[in-house]
Amino acid sequence: MINTILLLVVVGLAAGIFGAIFGIGGGMIVTPILTLLMGLDIKYAIGASIISVIATSSGATVAYLKDDMLNLRVAMFLEIATTVGAIVGAILTGVLPSMVLYMLFGLLLLFSAWNMFRKMRAGKETSEAIQADSLSTKLKLNGSYYDNAVDKQIDYQVSNVPGGFAMMLGAGLASGLLGIGSGAFKVIAMDTIMKMPLKPSSATSNLMMGVTAAASATVYFFNGSIRPEIASPLAIGILVGATLGSKIMKHLRARVLRMIFIPILFYIGLQMFLKGFGVTI
Amino acid sequence: MAQNKKTSSDEELKRVEEMNQIELIIGQVLRIGVLVSAVVILLGLIMIIVTGKTGYAANLYPTTVNAILSGIVELRPFAIVMLGLFLLILTPVLRVVVSIYAFVKEQDRLYVWITTFVLIILLIGMWIGYSGK
Repeated sequence: MINTILLLVVVGLAAGIFGAIFGIGGGMIVTPILTLLMGLDIKYAIGASIISVIATSSGATVAYLKDDMLNLRVAMFLEIATTVGAIVGAILTGVLPSMVLYMLFGLLLLFSAWNMFRKMRAGKETSEAIQADSLSTKLKLNGSYYDNAVDKQIDYQVSNVPGGFAMMLGAGLASGLLGIGSGAFKVIAMDTIMKMPLKPSSATSNLMMGVTAAASATVYFFNGSIRPEIASPLAIGILVGATLGSKIMKHLRARVLRMIFIPILFYIGLQMFLKGFGVTI
Repeated sequence: MAQNKKTSSDEELKRVEEMNQIELIIGQVLRIGVLVSAVVILLGLIMIIVTGKTGYAANLYPTTVNAILSGIVELRPFAIVMLGLFLLILTPVLRVVVSIYAFVKEQDRLYVWITTFVLIILLIGMWIGYSGK
């Protein structure tokens, strides 16, 4: 057991670094490792994964807060959607067969990988003029952040708030059902639908993942899905890894982030989809 | 007219300054919350590694508040780890609570309500989790 604990600390460390860089919960990395490589029951993988999500988020938000990349209003407003979705998802778990969930989830991941790829090929990264809609002005969602890579303050507008809100309901639902942070969906909601820049989207998504995960984590905690010997070494590794990852992230350009993110998203998506048919790659 | 404009931008600057202060304090509170949970988890893990025991029979671990509390009193490693994990789950909730305080300070009533609403949803979730057993 001691060897397993130490191994899981290392797994957590890696998941924390990558999770913070890509704005995903670490749970997406943890669940395939636990189920495919270590042969753990999916139920316990989900329990450990939801803890990983919280650890990634809590470890990283401390660092992001000082960076001012986070948009707290966007986070809090959209959390109304994600927490409701997460609770509904947690209640639905066990009703839907997990095979169906895997397939749906895999398809959505493949879609988001394709979507990001398309966007990258379309070229230009920043500063297309975005028209703020009346709702985002009323809710004071427009913000600004300091971009280290280009060394200047960037103001941005937020559009299509209802679309983003609806996407966040789905993101919360997926989080509650599968014990993931569904950071990819949250980044899509902000970056693709609401047209926020990638860096504040990732930072805001990181904060939201923790709050969303907390909504369903208590269910997993009290129903015994969280095994201490698995979840705790992962949590420790991730807390350290997430802090490192968020420091690394500041010095990367958005295009580099996407180039690393797309193949990972695609691979995990394919894996999830095939798992629905009982095929593992 | 020009004078008025200057005063309002001075006030604006002062407010931004104050918000930065509050955000730093929030950062500290959160960091302490995360550190406390990490220390508790580590303590439990170190006990397991040193003694080679979990305090429970194979494949068993406490999941109810009572079982965890009595396990902590008896210094059982798994009970301490579970306490640490529960504290970790509470850190995002703490984030929401301190955000309410920040919006109160900022006199942003709309967001005091929005954030309080999020907190209520989280509490409902906990209640469902606890009663759903």
